[in-house]
Amino acid sequence: MEKENTTVILSTSPHIKSSETVSKIMLSVIITLLPAVAYSIYQFGLYTLFLYVVSGATCIVSEYVVVRLRKRPFTLNDFSAIITGILLVMVLPPRFPVYGVVLGAFVAIVIGKQIFGGLGYNIFNPALIGRAFLAATYPVHISSYILPRLGADALSVATPLARMKFDGIVTSIEPLFIGMVSGSTGETSAFLLIIGSLYLLIKKYIKWRIPAALFITVFVLGQIFHFINPTRYPQGLFHLFAGGLMIGGLYMATDMVTSPITKRGCMIFGVGIGALVIMIRIFGGLPEGVMYAILFMNAFVPLINRATKPRIFGTGSKNE
Amino acid sequence: MKIFTFSGGVHPPYRKELTKDQPIKRAAVPENLIIPLVQHIGAPCEPAVAVGDEVKEGQVIGKPRGFVSAPVHSPVSGTVKRVEKVLHPLGQHVLAVSIKRDEKEEISYMKPMGDSIEDLDSKAIVDRVMNAGIVGLGGATFPAHVKFSPPKEKPIDTFIINGCECEPYLSADHRLMLEKPRDIILGAQMIGKVLGVSRIIIAVETNKTNALEVLRESLDSMNTECMVTATKYPQGAEKVLIKALLNREVPSGGLPMDVGVVVSNVGTALAVCEAVRDGKPLIDRVVTVTGNGVKSSGNFLVKIGTPVSSLVEESGGLVGTLGKIVMGGPMMGIAQPNLDVPVIKGTSGILVLQEEKYMKEGYLPCIKCSFCVQVCPTSLLPSRLSIAAEAKNWKLAEEYGVNDCIECGSCSYVCPSKRPIVQFAKTAKLKLREIRARENK
Repeated sequence: MEKENTTVILSTSPHIKSSETVSKIMLSVIITLLPAVAYSIYQFGLYTLFLYVVSGATCIVSEYVVVRLRKRPFTLNDFSAIITGILLVMVLPPRFPVYGVVLGAFVAIVIGKQIFGGLGYNIFNPALIGRAFLAATYPVHISSYILPRLGADALSVATPLARMKFDGIVTSIEPLFIGMVSGSTGETSAFLLIIGSLYLLIKKYIKWRIPAALFITVFVLGQIFHFINPTRYPQGLFHLFAGGLMIGGLYMATDMVTSPITKRGCMIFGVGIGALVIMIRIFGGLPEGVMYAILFMNAFVPLINRATKPRIFGTGSKNE
Repeated sequence: MKIFTFSGGVHPPYRKELTKDQPIKRAAVPENLIIPLVQHIGAPCEPAVAVGDEVKEGQVIGKPRGFVSAPVHSPVSGTVKRVEKVLHPLGQHVLAVSIKRDEKEEISYMKPMGDSIEDLDSKAIVDRVMNAGIVGLGGATFPAHVKFSPPKEKPIDTFIINGCECEPYLSADHRLMLEKPRDIILGAQMIGKVLGVSRIIIAVETNKTNALEVLRESLDSMNTECMVTATKYPQGAEKVLIKALLNREVPSGGLPMDVGVVVSNVGTALAVCEAVRDGKPLIDRVVTVTGNGVKSSGNFLVKIGTPVSSLVEESGGLVGTLGKIVMGGPMMGIAQPNLDVPVIKGTSGILVLQEEKYMKEGYLPCIKCSFCVQVCPTSLLPSRLSIAAEAKNWKLAEEYGVNDCIECGSCSYVCPSKRPIVQFAKTAKLKLREIRARENK
């Protein structure tokens, strides 16, 4: 045969690859977030759109600068920086000052992600690192909420969780579910977040055990406290749909990079977050605890992975 | 119909439709054949012929050294042209005999032993298997007579004929089961007699129901049965198959005989039948030549030693930009540097793929998606393992069970970061062997 075949590729097996790619997964996450993003813009006005753009742009620019400083190739096409940008705005109050968003996005990318080595190496969810930083830096702004456009008149500007915590008033479930209460930009509509994440669940882009374990834990623990003192503590369902639990449970606890890889590990991770959320909401000084619960459990992921290694085929007790 | 399967695994595009309906054709015998003297796992053969010798078809040209070895026979009648080192499909340079075919067509087979299972002697069958140079034709090329001589303290109760052919693209075994069911069953029963088993199972995946029917029609014995397995990769991996069919787990570092089982490929059973009944040594095999890089795919009965180039020509030549030449299937096959390499006993397929973007792309860091964890048939954490190996932390890779990796490639197949996880695992295994060798000194 001809000797022109010197260019054959000699990489090792397997010689075929599935069509899944990092950018495909990340892009899917963005697309499934869009309904909730659009709804939040409708609810809170064009200022919200402005915040999304600023946050996304800051994330991309920060990533570019740091990656260049680290002398690594710039990977915009993995879309992960954009996800961080969107999620950050979604977990901030709708009228958060724009300079704060810029600062938060910068911190999210640089301290939340790039310091650890970039995509895949970070321990904590970058958007939540950004929010945690802003919570410490702007304690007043972070707890100043406004009513959404569809906000029911009877409901106050304080978030349902704050009303529960500080006034002992329980909001009913329906307004929570469709986003008629005040809250962070993206957390007001549980419904759209669930719809979006269903696609990710079907594609297995999120590890279903995490939200399942998390939601069941929150519901059961919430319900237990409700039985103990029904006038003081709301029902389990309220806990499920209030505050950042939906966006946190569906989009942040399930962040691939910062969650466990084993099946049992995902269960433990979900249960841990759920239990912490209820503990903070009921006994803590803050009305809401999803962010700290997730960040706290993020830190345990390496340990959880190690402790839940599956039994390797042909080893251990299964073998007679 | 009960379908047996395992947890994990992947469903790559099978592409079997390219060849599964193509009857086995006899490939043209090329002018020159190159027969490596290592076509098995074990000690290499020493040449039994010298340059200039005339050889007959079936004559021994490589003598085994030691028990774990298998002789090599001349696939054609001709003249020895060279005895020199050539590039072996597995990557190293080994001694090989080059034979120029002549027109005499002189044949020198062994004495036929008949096909009556009752009259055959177990010892004689094993000797014949050894003298015929039969190795595992599924690709592992472990000398068959060694496999069929388990030590006394490991009694075997079940013999499995592996007709899963779970590798995408390949259909050589499928065609064999369709075209030679009786010979395969006969071969299986010969092996069954040697092993003294009470049960012979022929395992076939659900995507080969026509083969299943043909085999079932040909079954005549009470101790032989067909079992159906799911169409899933790597269903045909030995350990995975035993677990699926019998719910027995081959212990870590062990062999199927540790759980009373021996597994052989359908091609091996056929070779045993032909060696015992007809006296024919292993000098040819069925090879699927396929992929979008050749004009027309097909199944061929190929003389061992036939260069890949000759088979590509037979399939109408190359089309498109050549990307990869793979010996074996796409999941576990070995990429070849050129078309000069010869077909050996373990060659189940020649897969020619056109160049595609993904072949040249690099890989990204692990994003912990856990896809690999979900598909690993041996319940490893390929993600952790590859990260450990990437950091050259071989001991950690060992802790994560790298030595239990069967290198099926499911993890690398699903990885969205396109990490070469199997390559990491192979490197780690090699390094750990080196470390152990150093420690033992």
